[in-house]
Amino acid sequence: MTTQTTRKYLRERFMPHIWCAGCGHGTVLNALIRAFEALGMSRNEIVMVSGIGCSSRITGYVDVHTLHTLHGRALAFATGVKLSKPELNVIVPMGDGDALAIGGNHFIHAARRNIALTALVMNNRIYGMTGGQYSPLSGYGISATTAPYTSIDPDFDVVALSMAAGATFVARTTTYHVNEMFDFFQKAILHEGFAVVEVLTQCPTYFGRKNKMGNAADMLTYYKENTVALGARSEKEHPHMIKRGIFIQEEKPEYCSQYDKVMERAQKGRP
Amino acid sequence: MGSIELIGVTDGILSNDAGKAMIMPTNVRFIQGNEACVEGALYAGLKFFAGYPITPSTEIAEHLAVQLPRRGGKFIQMEDEIASMCAIIGASLTGRKVLTATSGPGFSLMQEALGYAVMAEIPCVIVNVQRGGPSTGLPTHISQGDVNQARWGTHGDHAIIALTASNHQDVFAMTVEAFNMAETYRTPVVLLFDEVVGHMRERLVLPEPGQHPLVERLKTSVREGVDYHPYLPREDGRLPMSDFGGVHRYNVTGLYHDMWGFPSDNPKVVHGLIRHLVDKIEDHVGSIARYKTYFLEDASTVLVSYGATARSALHVVESQRRKGQKFGLFELQTLWPFPYEIVGEACGHAKQVVVVEMNMGHVYREVQKALGYADHVFLANRIDGVFITPTDIRQTLRLITGKGV
Repeated sequence: MTTQTTRKYLRERFMPHIWCAGCGHGTVLNALIRAFEALGMSRNEIVMVSGIGCSSRITGYVDVHTLHTLHGRALAFATGVKLSKPELNVIVPMGDGDALAIGGNHFIHAARRNIALTALVMNNRIYGMTGGQYSPLSGYGISATTAPYTSIDPDFDVVALSMAAGATFVARTTTYHVNEMFDFFQKAILHEGFAVVEVLTQCPTYFGRKNKMGNAADMLTYYKENTVALGARSEKEHPHMIKRGIFIQEEKPEYCSQYDKVMERAQKGRP
Repeated sequence: MGSIELIGVTDGILSNDAGKAMIMPTNVRFIQGNEACVEGALYAGLKFFAGYPITPSTEIAEHLAVQLPRRGGKFIQMEDEIASMCAIIGASLTGRKVLTATSGPGFSLMQEALGYAVMAEIPCVIVNVQRGGPSTGLPTHISQGDVNQARWGTHGDHAIIALTASNHQDVFAMTVEAFNMAETYRTPVVLLFDEVVGHMRERLVLPEPGQHPLVERLKTSVREGVDYHPYLPREDGRLPMSDFGGVHRYNVTGLYHDMWGFPSDNPKVVHGLIRHLVDKIEDHVGSIARYKTYFLEDASTVLVSYGATARSALHVVESQRRKGQKFGLFELQTLWPFPYEIVGEACGHAKQVVVVEMNMGHVYREVQKALGYADHVFLANRIDGVFITPTDIRQTLRLITGKGV
């Protein structure tokens, strides 16, 4: 699905990538650069800021301004970039542990400010880079190297958390639903405020293997069969299935434009 | 600048006892050290501040919250000091001069991101107005216990620049220097002030624009479409930058990286980068060294001090001189990289060298090293949160000279 014009967004010089065979992160990369192309975005106007983890390596492969930072802190760096130069489009891909364990505080505060950042939570429910430890999104009863007797930690609902914290665009999709992801990414990028897209993405190497989920194709089939689109007829029939869709999309004052008003007030009556 | 008009401590009129307004030129201010730091930062061209409230540095954030939006600059109060340090690094990459300010506990939280700025070579300035530690310690009292943390607080081998000052005129000047050095060496610079200097009010004469030279960011001259190497140093070790949002797109990472900024664990690349990060600073100790000397020519007793404690040390030196005793003072303003050779030469002929500081010997150990661990180097300190007085220093001098307590 990647055309010659989408390839201009890739840094092929730095390939091959580090991801395992069957990893879902490449699918996210594909949808993201196709969204850039569909929106006609100039590479010079995009900054991608990431933290640490398998997901965070995505920035290195995209030919935009890229900032690969510290574990959990991507949104804090991104806040500095965005407030300093609001005309830039700032995209922040994060892993589940990155965004919501070590980075949880930055996540809720970036959402609270409603600063126009596009936060992508690539949720594979595991710490892949360090070899398969449970994350705050693994959930109860999951096997991991640090949960050999299965996890007793409940998980977060990323969508509910984001909405409660003040995000004004919140969506969820999966690596099976590629066109939906492509669509949500575009809407999130265009949104004037803090936008969150949670993408359920498969880690066959660790999460899949530890939890007997089968290979990558089996895990994608799982996303197909165990998720339901918001508003679909089957949503009511299967209330316990994972919901996909856009949960909130609303206009509220954006942080950088609010700061412009602070500057106006500060400069009033001054030469 | 320079014209005469009525000014006040805040925005009223400064009055004397008789109720008559005193007349002062507009470039003279009576302010806290923390505000002198703010004035220095604005003079240097500060455009972005991110911080978190903490005693005794909070006034820096408060004044910048007023001043930056007036000048088109950005101010943000972040959710913690970790985020503050990260935000200024992000803002610096867009081409702005950036600052954060904190104290001990916040400085501890900033260490990881400070190391990132070292590794990714991002110009930024971090103020630490020191208070008593460890932990929450003594929030409202003075200490100089973070000297070694400024040097070694972040993990891994690295070099760092740390500056300090003992009075408001120097706080202003060293703040400007900090921004200049951050740009020159593409590195974080730590300003290690202390609670006494931060909160004390005294006179500051604001320099005219142009009076202090300013170093602006060195931008690349590589044209659009030509391969730009963000991490390929020039012959002089400097690396011209390109702002985020500009025509050159490159990767910035805290991993060891090649000349494109792309991660690498090639041993040659790793060795070359760590040598570069250390040498670009350690090879310029002489140009980075800032210090003041008082009566050193014939001094047989040399006091070495810095920050607020140098004020008490200078008082002792001046009063001993009046009594005809050959005392001198070496006041350090650059703490890191430590100017071993300069200190060694300045103190080489002294019969006794007394380091005056408010910790358990951070600079004392460096002076020992500078003087080949000679046995005539002593420490006069206080570590109880009470500012060291000339009497305290004299007491140590009496012990050294065998004149009893």
